[in-house]
Amino acid sequence: MAEPTGPTDSHWPLWEVFTQGNVGEPFEHAGSLHATDAEHALQNARDVYARRGEAMNLWVVPSTAITASAPSDAGPFFDPGNDKAYRHPQFYKAPRGIRVF
Amino acid sequence: MATLRGSRLYSLLHMTTTIRQLPADDPAQVAAFEALIAAGESIEPKDWMPARYRSQLTRMMSQHAHSEVVGMLPEGNWITRAPSLRRKQSLIAKVQDEAGHGLYIYCGTETLGVDRFDLFNQLLDGTAKYSSIFNYPTLSWADMGVIGWLVDGAAIVNQTVLAKTSYGPYARAMVRICKEENFHKRQGYEICTVLANGTPAQRAMLQDAVDRFWWPSLMMFGPSDTNSLNSGELLRWKVKRKTNDELRQRFVNLTIPQAQALGITVPDPDLRFDPETKNWVFGEIDWSEFQQVISGNGPCNRERLEARRKAHDDGQWVREAASAHAAKRARKTEAA
Amino acid sequence: MASAHDADDVGIAAGEAKAGDRPVAGPSRGPRLGAPLVEYLLRLGDDRLILGHRLSEWCGHGPILEEDIALSNFALDLIGQAASILRLAGEVEGAGRDEDALAYFRDGVQYRNCLLVEQPRGDFGDTIVRQFLFDAYSVLLWEALLGAPHAGLAAIAAKAIKEDRYHLRHSSEWVVRLGDGTEESHVRVQGSLDRLWRYTGELFEADAIDQGVAGEGIVVDHRALKARWDQLVDEVLDRATLVRPADGPTQRGGRVGRHTEHLGHLLATMQSVARAHPGARW
Repeated sequence: MAEPTGPTDSHWPLWEVFTQGNVGEPFEHAGSLHATDAEHALQNARDVYARRGEAMNLWVVPSTAITASAPSDAGPFFDPGNDKAYRHPQFYKAPRGIRVF
Repeated sequence: MATLRGSRLYSLLHMTTTIRQLPADDPAQVAAFEALIAAGESIEPKDWMPARYRSQLTRMMSQHAHSEVVGMLPEGNWITRAPSLRRKQSLIAKVQDEAGHGLYIYCGTETLGVDRFDLFNQLLDGTAKYSSIFNYPTLSWADMGVIGWLVDGAAIVNQTVLAKTSYGPYARAMVRICKEENFHKRQGYEICTVLANGTPAQRAMLQDAVDRFWWPSLMMFGPSDTNSLNSGELLRWKVKRKTNDELRQRFVNLTIPQAQALGITVPDPDLRFDPETKNWVFGEIDWSEFQQVISGNGPCNRERLEARRKAHDDGQWVREAASAHAAKRARKTEAA
Repeated sequence: MASAHDADDVGIAAGEAKAGDRPVAGPSRGPRLGAPLVEYLLRLGDDRLILGHRLSEWCGHGPILEEDIALSNFALDLIGQAASILRLAGEVEGAGRDEDALAYFRDGVQYRNCLLVEQPRGDFGDTIVRQFLFDAYSVLLWEALLGAPHAGLAAIAAKAIKEDRYHLRHSSEWVVRLGDGTEESHVRVQGSLDRLWRYTGELFEADAIDQGVAGEGIVVDHRALKARWDQLVDEVLDRATLVRPADGPTQRGGRVGRHTEHLGHLLATMQSVARAHPGARW
């Protein structure tokens, strides 16, 4: 099935909505919705995903603009990160009795 | 990778293959898939899945979404007549939530590679099903209480289990929906409580509504396990986690004490408590009525679909205008 | 006495007066109104209640699911505003009426909303144009009332202005989309504008009630309000490629209870359950 390239007839493009619950918190994916343009998507997102005051800020992103890793990549893509223990603080020893952090 | 599989971002990958184009399932892949399910992992949109799993989910999720949207109509019928401003506000908010829930689930269904627009069309041309309960008319204000109490109560029993369904996007939509629906049942039961403690006319209104909605609410859990075509497969793949009859019994057990608290009866002379199983045993459901309503001959099937079609047709020029305007704007931006 | 009188009616010759009749000349040519602040609050509250009710008629019937949710939000905001304002009106009146008594147990002639808000919901274009015309007025009015010395009213204004600013943003975007969309949408929405325009003049008319509340420090410069409204509306109509209708004769009367016939039907529906069970709690 072809992704809609732009708004045609009743097929409005799909947007992904990200909400920030509080200032300083990360944005989380909340869901998606249909809208003709970014402002329209923003307004719809406010009504659909922030009716109960769940968000301080919103992002809307055209779904087609997102590139994602594939499940089959999972091994080669992420495993190499697993054996780099020196990236974690537990890798390092502090002298007994001294509070380093 | 557990962190990625669990992440919300992962859910937004939209499949672009249609069901029909999928090749016959490779037994090795099926085995790997079923091992994942057995290990309690959730399935995400880009994961390999058997064609049947995809089609069953598409069917279940779109039926669920349609039910939310058609379900706006019977309650919408009383918004303009709600007898206090507070009731008017909570009823609007509830019907609005149903639109929202329809939307969440449609979006979840779109991750399976179908377009909401096509799903809508299946609803409008009568080929898609939705919950039979919404084909019953709402005849008095008490119906708003009883729908919240019984119909949403039944839906919550169903959905709480669905929140643990194996398909990630569906499960996540359900978690969100269950959170929001807590208020639906409470506002319904509150209406019932006020009516039960009200004037004789209000009490009579409440009893009448319960008499009409009791059996249709029990039918919401679908056919009995012995006659449910889809149950085996859906349970094995953990799409469903409990059988129709198990959920129905759980609902009755939860609901009867609430009816007792209201001081009303349910229209079932065979109802009795079984001290051994601790279950409320209920009488035989009229499955011929269920079949009639499912096959389009319920009291309001025609009206509900006509209302949806009218809204869709009346909205055509609006959707076209918005599309045309966005295209104009995009052209202007390009030219600039 | 009255019954004998009635039976004799046909026997009375034109112009003949009978001794002992009650005076037949009323106190004024105009409608009979209550205390200015109560009347003023009823106008504010009724506008929002009736418009909210009209919007709620869309619930389940919108052109697309996302818009269904948006219109319901507007309805909720407006009915919420109405409830606060009517509660305050009841307190000021001091006759023991709360917001529900005022909403459900007044007849049409006791309603004080403008004619614009009671017009039928029509198609989506009618709804959006009406909403836009009202939102632009409402935002400017709340701005003027933010500094009102009446603490209750100022607090309501502070909350309502946030809601209405968003409504205006949403409704004006839709006016632009529909006006500058397809040929069909342009014609439809221009028609809505032409039909509804004659009800906009009433929004900016000041009368004895406005003078009455001015004594309590609630002063709104209607002429300045109209000028800013004109500017705001013109900007959006321009973006929407719509033609501003000429200011013809204004339809008025809602502020003093002289409504169009539509209000009676709306209230007959809205009040039916509450009035069928007088004294019941819900």
